[in-house]
Amino acid sequence: MTFTPGAEAEELRAVVRRFLEKRSAEDEVRRLMETDPGFEPSVWRQAAEELGLQGLIVPERWGGSDASLVEAGVVFEEMGRALFGAPFLGTVALATTALLAVGDEVANDDYLPGIAAGQTVATVAWGGADPLTSTVTAEQDADGGWRLTGTADVVVDAAAADLLLVVADTPDGLGLFAVTGTPDGLTRSTLTALDPTRALSELQLTDLPARAVGTPGEVAGALATAVDHAVLLMACEQVGGAARVLEISVEYANNRVQFGRKIGSFQAIKHRCADMLVAVESARSAAYHGTWTAVHEPDELGVAAGLAGSLCGETYTRVALDNIQNLGGIGFTWEHPAHLYLKRAKSTQLFLGSPAKHRSRLANLLDIPEVGA
Amino acid sequence: MSAEAERADVERLVKEFLAEHPVDSTPDRELRGARFDAGLAFVHFDKGFGGLGVSSSLHGRVEQLFLDAGAENWAARNVIGLGMAAPTIHAHGTEEQKALLRPLFTGEEIWCQLFSEPGAGSDLASLATRAIPEDGGYRVNGQKIWTSLGHIARRGLLVARTDPNLPKHRGLSYFLLDMTSPGVEVRPLRQITGQAEFNEVYLTDVQVPETDRLGAVGEGWRVSITTLANERVAIGGRDSRRGDGAIGTAVAEFRAAAEAGRADAASRDRLMRLWTTAEAARLTNMRANARARGNQAPGPEGSIAKLSYAELNKAIYELCVDLRGIDGMLIDDYTESSPDRSSGGGTAADVRKAFLRSLANSIEGGTSEIMRNILGERVLGLPGEPRTDRDVAWKDVPRS
Repeated sequence: MTFTPGAEAEELRAVVRRFLEKRSAEDEVRRLMETDPGFEPSVWRQAAEELGLQGLIVPERWGGSDASLVEAGVVFEEMGRALFGAPFLGTVALATTALLAVGDEVANDDYLPGIAAGQTVATVAWGGADPLTSTVTAEQDADGGWRLTGTADVVVDAAAADLLLVVADTPDGLGLFAVTGTPDGLTRSTLTALDPTRALSELQLTDLPARAVGTPGEVAGALATAVDHAVLLMACEQVGGAARVLEISVEYANNRVQFGRKIGSFQAIKHRCADMLVAVESARSAAYHGTWTAVHEPDELGVAAGLAGSLCGETYTRVALDNIQNLGGIGFTWEHPAHLYLKRAKSTQLFLGSPAKHRSRLANLLDIPEVGA
Repeated sequence: MSAEAERADVERLVKEFLAEHPVDSTPDRELRGARFDAGLAFVHFDKGFGGLGVSSSLHGRVEQLFLDAGAENWAARNVIGLGMAAPTIHAHGTEEQKALLRPLFTGEEIWCQLFSEPGAGSDLASLATRAIPEDGGYRVNGQKIWTSLGHIARRGLLVARTDPNLPKHRGLSYFLLDMTSPGVEVRPLRQITGQAEFNEVYLTDVQVPETDRLGAVGEGWRVSITTLANERVAIGGRDSRRGDGAIGTAVAEFRAAAEAGRADAASRDRLMRLWTTAEAARLTNMRANARARGNQAPGPEGSIAKLSYAELNKAIYELCVDLRGIDGMLIDDYTESSPDRSSGGGTAADVRKAFLRSLANSIEGGTSEIMRNILGERVLGLPGEPRTDRDVAWKDVPRS
């Protein structure tokens, strides 16, 4: 059995890498992180019109190319490598997977073509740390319309989002609700993010009119699937960043001379790099196996996402920290990109469930007995 | 032939073979002999030498088919022979030497490895056992150590120094030693577990015929590389199913501990950290195997698996011991015995003994530090250590 991305996915990788080398070089990443909303709209449109990246996992009837999570994973890996700041995590990993999992034909007709065409920026919002226990509430008014109330504390890519999908608690259980434009009852505040390359917002929802996507109370399973897909795509992003960080360390260790030797010849540095390699390759295995499993063995999705969620964020953070130590003083400067990778790593590690949460969920799926503290 | 067609073809041959030689009514040695003659012993070897000349990736598949049919598993009983001697002899041997492959495979002849010495561990190439040329062969003197199965081995893979005036790597030659030769003395070496799984082998004026040299004079290091690379594969490459091996033991130990009220949230998280790391190591090993498909020789990626499994096994078995609570202060016994099979990754029935055995995993077959050097230098391309002994005659290099 081989679960590594196939030849077609690798061809796509090469195309995306070339695109990002041109459109998301380090100086561009640095320019954009000082702007609001933090990405270049012309590059976003180009990604859709020339490369079809936003519509990759969207079925053809909605303007997409009907590729799988494996191809999308490769794209996220390359974006993570380039610290690409455009709102793909919100639009593709969160919103598109949620729409596809819930499968509301009318909503999909309305929203997916815009996403695939690069005209719609979308994201998913919820209250609290876990989308599946959102603290935002939804109630029906006298006319049967839905109204949302609550705070979505930290929402990725919301600043520029044309479409907000809000996970909210209804009397019947979890529901997914769509909000478009900037209606009354919605306040967006831009947050100062640890990771300056990815825009974060807080949303205040006050009796905000919204449209139900799917049937409220019947979408919890679909949302869980979507979150698992998002965890896997984010894991791919983490692997791309982690692998780049290792390259930076190795490059530096091959050039920096102290005590008359290249520092990579010292075991203190070399062994740390070797451990980074093992960690990165392990995370890569978990991420590749994850997207492969989502496509080919969907019954095993929970375990695969739990594994990738447990490992990839933690690995990325660890190698990003190791990289700073390998680089020494230069690694502590604002000028060197090492800190940008660390900040992306730590921030994604905490989004969609901490590694410990993923391990606990995985243990439950493996039927490992729960014990008290 | 495509890989799929080749696989289907080999699977068909195994099926036909098993129909002709039913496992339950054919004596094991006869079965293995016939299997060798049919080319189903090491399918990736050449025809006539136990193989069919097909991809090395099919070897494991064939082995599995025979095990599934109920054939006896010799992996631990002739671990050096099957895992290391066979590929080395096949790669470097003369036609006469390759005739040793059949009794090796049938189990008539157990093999051992005579590489490490008290003064040559990680720096194997500095070894001091001398092979001095004399009429028709060599006279060998020296001491070898960490020889598993040495007490029952019929033959040994021996590396010895034929020229002390050359730098260390260049003065070595490789021999296939007849362990019944006069002057070969095997003494048990008692280890941490109380058992004597390994031996010390003293070689005193042992005469080795010219025809038992494997590869050219001075080529011993190059030949050894084949053996060592296969050793890492043998140590690293296992556990093909999720939850197999040491981590499976840990899960079972955790269940028992939870049942008895000894487990807590911290130990559950510790278990899951190890579970996820072990699962990722298994998947990485699968990726490395897939990459190596068609490429006969194991590459440096075997070092990732070796390093991961060594460190994992130690941590997993330590958790198992901790989960026993005060029972972890006890052990089944420390009786000295010399087992007739390798316990490798710590497969002892008693987890406390398995923990003790696992401590060798990061030392044997290349320490974890040597693995990190290999990964750093050969995979990542970092500069080597400064070598003070590289261009110096072996006899002039200081030794402890």
